[in-house]
Amino acid sequence: MLEVRDLECVRGDHRLFTGLNFELQGGELLRLRGSNGSGKTSLLRTLCGLLEPAAGEVLWQGESILAQRDEFNAELLYLGHHNGIKSELTGFENLRISNTLRGESPSEEQIYDALGQIGLAGREDLPTQVLSQGQKRRVALARLLLSDAALWVLDEPFTALDVGAVAQLAKLIEAHLQKGRMVVYTTHQEVVMQAGACREVNLDLAGQEA
Amino acid sequence: MTQPSLFAAWRAMVARDLTLAMRRRADVLTTLFFFIIVVSLFPLGVSPEMAVLREIAPGVIWVAALLASMLSLGRLFADDYQDGTLEQMLLLPQPLSVLVLGKVLAHWLVSGVPLVLLSPLLGMQLGLNGNAIVLLMLTLLLGTPVLSLIGAVGAALTLGLRGGGVLVSLLVLPLYIPVLIFGTGAVDAAISGMEFDGHLSLLGAFLVLAALSTPVATAAALRISAE
Repeated sequence: MLEVRDLECVRGDHRLFTGLNFELQGGELLRLRGSNGSGKTSLLRTLCGLLEPAAGEVLWQGESILAQRDEFNAELLYLGHHNGIKSELTGFENLRISNTLRGESPSEEQIYDALGQIGLAGREDLPTQVLSQGQKRRVALARLLLSDAALWVLDEPFTALDVGAVAQLAKLIEAHLQKGRMVVYTTHQEVVMQAGACREVNLDLAGQEA
Repeated sequence: MTQPSLFAAWRAMVARDLTLAMRRRADVLTTLFFFIIVVSLFPLGVSPEMAVLREIAPGVIWVAALLASMLSLGRLFADDYQDGTLEQMLLLPQPLSVLVLGKVLAHWLVSGVPLVLLSPLLGMQLGLNGNAIVLLMLTLLLGTPVLSLIGAVGAALTLGLRGGGVLVSLLVLPLYIPVLIFGTGAVDAAISGMEFDGHLSLLGAFLVLAALSTPVATAAALRISAE
């Protein structure tokens, strides 16, 4: 269970949000809403432990994530603005390395299979620098196919994707939720997802008042 | 995380950075040519007299190695920071300092080891004799990893700052001084026929101390810089 208590986020001199509370159970989907600059990315980065909150805390299974980084990271998969892939390495290499670093060891077939499924068949062994923006995004998304992490944190996962890939990603998220996992994401696109429990947090309303 | 997966992750980190270096060979070669050119300027600028050159050789080669090592620091974390792989590294279920040690090792293998291997050639160019050259290589072998380890802290602290390259030299160069003193001191002692074991032991001690302490500091600095 992911729990957020009285969270406050400050960037520079500007207070983005304060007194934010919510919790997320297995199988639930959380969409963050908010205008540009309302602190969606900052909130996601705080949820991952990349950013320390100005006040309040993020709890995972009842314990602060900052006190159990390694355990929490093993359950977390974060996809940020940047794809987190090396342009000199091929899609296959990127995926293999990022999985080995996480302490997982999928077989070569599984990796090729994941890249094929995400629409990169025949391009697995090209350096990612020759791929298009959308294809690079797909390499990053292929990590989701190989991941069994309990919590996915996705920052604008639909950007640069074509219609087919958006639908595929939506299905991927739905399947993940059906396994009783959690997904937190932001998007400006309206993507319809069939989820058991879909929550929303609107940061424009999350008390910027003092 | 179990021990085997930590070791596998560490190995993957080293292997990844070595592969990247192989695919961007120009970067590695630039540092190496910088080292050669700086050393080669001294006979032109100071004096082509062998006696003079032999006198200044250890210092010249060591200072050039220092600068070359610093020049290569920019690549250590900056690329990873820009493409988001650093963020992913911070979110791995492995101790960050161990992975940092892997990155620094890879960095030393591509930027430090070539300096060590090339130093005999430059030593000969400046008229050093056999013994002094062996010792020069030995001190560089012990000293360059310390430079990479200390430099990593500076590189992590200045990550994402404008003008970080200049700032890192101001931060890191003063910390390089002990290594420089004992590195050149050992070679000078060997040339004048004195004992040099003490210098080497101290360099070894620096290496152990740096290997134990700097990865933790670098990891902490990376977390701050990535915020």
